[in-house]
Amino acid sequence: MFGEKALELVKELQRSKTGTISAINEDVMRQVLEEMRALFEQNQRDVTLALAGEQLLFSAIQIRHSALERNKRCLLAYLAGRLNYVRETRWQFGSVLPAEVKQNLSEPELQWFNKYSKCLANYMSSIGGHGGLDLTQDVKPPKTLYIEVRCLTDHGEFETQDGSIVLLKKNSQHFMLRSECEHLVRQGFLEHIVH
Amino acid sequence: MSLSGNSSGKISRSNENYFSIDDIIATQEKIPCKFEVAVPHLGYLDQSSDSEDVAVGTKLELPYWLAQSLCGRRKHTVSVELPKVYRESYREIFDADATVVDLHKLGPYFYLFGTRLLHFEHPDSADIAKNLLQTFQTRFRMIMDMSQNSFNEDVTQLTQKLDETERTIFDVGQQGLNDFQQWETRQVDKLTTSMMVANHRKRKRAQVDDGQE
Repeated sequence: MFGEKALELVKELQRSKTGTISAINEDVMRQVLEEMRALFEQNQRDVTLALAGEQLLFSAIQIRHSALERNKRCLLAYLAGRLNYVRETRWQFGSVLPAEVKQNLSEPELQWFNKYSKCLANYMSSIGGHGGLDLTQDVKPPKTLYIEVRCLTDHGEFETQDGSIVLLKKNSQHFMLRSECEHLVRQGFLEHIVH
Repeated sequence: MSLSGNSSGKISRSNENYFSIDDIIATQEKIPCKFEVAVPHLGYLDQSSDSEDVAVGTKLELPYWLAQSLCGRRKHTVSVELPKVYRESYREIFDADATVVDLHKLGPYFYLFGTRLLHFEHPDSADIAKNLLQTFQTRFRMIMDMSQNSFNEDVTQLTQKLDETERTIFDVGQQGLNDFQQWETRQVDKLTTSMMVANHRKRKRAQVDDGQE
């Protein structure tokens, strides 16, 4: 039956909805495009015949045409779904992608990520007066300027805004500016301690 | 039912999301169809016959997306029958007690696919529409009750019999319950690791474990 390969792609997308993204399935995509090319060529041949007077062919043309549209929809949905994921990573991981995510993206997707990142950075520096406004900050309403954090991993030295250096060693606790360490908490290096 | 109007048909079609994964998978459900017109050169659609063409009267199960385009207002290449679970006998079961039925088994997209079936303007369409609504109303109370009263529990048993739409509703309910519990215990202003990062770590850890074995 037509469109089955294309559905595989969509199902793959559905499976990776909650987890990490899988490598782009170029193999199946190529097979779908091949199927579409075959359908299109047959249709073109039949259309010329049908115009010459073979009325019977119209139903076959219509079947192939809907199969083409279905395949197109599946392919586009697959790509759009992946792109949504890539956009989401910018907000959750920050501007640097982990290597495991990176290797699963195709070259155009990486380019798109970089462009999106650049657009977002430009926008954020253009709003909020001098120095811009970091939209990825303060995902939850801030209540205090300083928060207490505990290191979950060895992260090395960290230079704060006032120039002092904090050594982020595993299991050590620090009292830091919220704005400085929020990113580190979001990326799982630090843990926020609430009493 | 205003579903028969041409304009409303168009509206419902433009409303559906082109990229929706759920919609794409739901429209793959098969419908029993009978060919009213012979189709040349596509005999391989019917795997049980060797002839080159599809003959008039051939009965095939076609996916919804194909049946929909072949059974339009003007052209009737195929005629469509109702799938088993939307027929009278099953509607009686839903009427009797909808809460005990395993909707996931009857079709993971029971409601989504059911509403799509109304497109065919089958004589039973009005009954199906009414029945779908009735079924949903009866089950909704049960779903809400379950999702609001299972905090920190294994919910696989509960969601087993729900169709995909119902599962989404269930998850939303659970999310609300969790948010409320967090608010009550003053956890709301605690900064946490982002979802994606956390999931990514979990997977990474699993890979590392595999490597050591």
